[in-house]
Amino acid sequence: MSGAPAPQAATAAAIAAQVRSGALKAVDVVEQHLARIDAREGEIHAFNLVMADQARAAAAAIDARVAAGEQVGPLAGVPIALKDNMCTRGVPTTCSSKILDGWRPPYDATVVTKLAEAGAIVIGKTNLDEFAMGSSTENSGFGPTRNPHDTSRVPGGSSGGSAAAVAAGFSAVSLGSDTGGSIRQPAALCGVVGVKPTYGYVSRYGLIAFASSLDQIGPFATTVEDAALVLDAIGGHDAHDSTSIPESHPSLVDVLDRGVEGLRVGRITDLPEGADPDVVERLEAAFDALRAAGATIVDVEVPAFGYALTAYYLIAPAEASSNLARFDGVRFGLRVDSPDTNSMYSATRAAGFGEEVKRRIMLGTYALSAGYYDAYYGRALKVRKLIHDDFARAYQSADVLLTPTSPTVAFPFGAKGDNPLAMYLCDLYTIPTNLAGHPGMSVPFGTGADGLPVGVQILAGTLDEPTMFRVGAALERAAASEGSRP
Amino acid sequence: MSDRITTADVVKVAKLARLDLAPQEIERMTAQLDGMLEHFADMDALDLSHVAPMTQPYPLRNVFRDDVVQPGLDREEVLAAAPRVEEGRFHVPPIIGLDS
Repeated sequence: MSGAPAPQAATAAAIAAQVRSGALKAVDVVEQHLARIDAREGEIHAFNLVMADQARAAAAAIDARVAAGEQVGPLAGVPIALKDNMCTRGVPTTCSSKILDGWRPPYDATVVTKLAEAGAIVIGKTNLDEFAMGSSTENSGFGPTRNPHDTSRVPGGSSGGSAAAVAAGFSAVSLGSDTGGSIRQPAALCGVVGVKPTYGYVSRYGLIAFASSLDQIGPFATTVEDAALVLDAIGGHDAHDSTSIPESHPSLVDVLDRGVEGLRVGRITDLPEGADPDVVERLEAAFDALRAAGATIVDVEVPAFGYALTAYYLIAPAEASSNLARFDGVRFGLRVDSPDTNSMYSATRAAGFGEEVKRRIMLGTYALSAGYYDAYYGRALKVRKLIHDDFARAYQSADVLLTPTSPTVAFPFGAKGDNPLAMYLCDLYTIPTNLAGHPGMSVPFGTGADGLPVGVQILAGTLDEPTMFRVGAALERAAASEGSRP
Repeated sequence: MSDRITTADVVKVAKLARLDLAPQEIERMTAQLDGMLEHFADMDALDLSHVAPMTQPYPLRNVFRDDVVQPGLDREEVLAAAPRVEEGRFHVPPIIGLDS
């Protein structure tokens, strides 16, 4: 069955401006979004938890502060959805895993604290592939999320619930986490903007770890400006995350109208093949649009790009096998009773983890085990260095690189069957950036097969979010003018 | 049977990973892991002898702060989330005195 996307909700920027001026009540904004959730959530299943009461109370508090003449933040009254792998104090946080079903964290993630300071209103916790392992949200322990553009198709993953929530107008913006493409790929498949910032740009404190050297939190939004607004609010150093970058970064909202005149946009000539023709066609249109806007297109090579999938699927599971050791039935979540601790751990983990999580734990444990460490994990770390260095060379001659985000538009449920590798290939174009630690974003750029959204990926060097967002804004303007042509 | 990984390997790894896997899970996992390892052999073509491993995006550095007492997590709140507690502590089954 096919459903039309939701009528476009107001942007976060518009909502915040009107709430701050008193022209709009935050409680009304929240009611509008809850009404959209009521109407369509049964069909979409974007959420693990809708926080209606808490959202209403938070909105009333914002309105009271506005009425009292107090300063409210840059996201005042903006409904935001959080991927359910971000800790919310006293509110269930599950990672869409049965092993954490019912767990209430004793602390808030730093992004949750920062969003509250900015005046944003958390409206719910969104569905994901269990522990963020997957590219379709089919691996959720609580059932899949459906794509608002066509409910017979996946929304992408692993942040599929956060992408669908924004695409369906359930929240103005949302947060996801991106370890190998888990923000950018679902953004592309759901026709919204999705950003993975530079590693360390946003604190990971309170983000339940999948692969600590790759994980990064970022926004979903309907506009590039809204994504910038959210990133400006959640970015910055955090004493709770020793890998967060100490240097302050400039406002991204301020750079959006600077255009792309004189920028060098790189085309990766040795990019691995695999993208469908409709996706390639939109990528070419994006190059044309940027050229027309004054950018220069340059050819670059990233020879190790094609080895990223291998390096990633050894490094990420290795880190996951270590991180997920904490789910053992002792301190939180599920416990399967057993006469001794070792059998309690093994029985609890067997009952609590889904198939894909078990597979990755097994792969990671194998890659790290005696006798195989050098051949697999050790070599993967060296491939990671090659990828990093290849990108660094490419950014000497190009300011940004343009690639497809996903090789295909949204695919039907079950399309990848029982073949894990087929699913892993969904992240062919997004994974290398995570290994390098660089920023990347997906911007909707028209439609492909069956009228479904296509995203174009913009990649940039370390902390060059400003240039990446300038290009994103230019593509958004080009897509809008293309769409308005007869 | 598999070339790169055997069911015996998978049984051993499952034990290391503290995962009870049923016999049919072991079989399926062996075939799937074998398929992945075959794909990963693509990197055998690379000469990596002079490449330094990269464990994370930025150079490791020590991070210090002043040694100031700060509040930790609330004990009751933490224990409330545990499957079983006793006298203000996490309760676990016996660790010593058993053969396994």
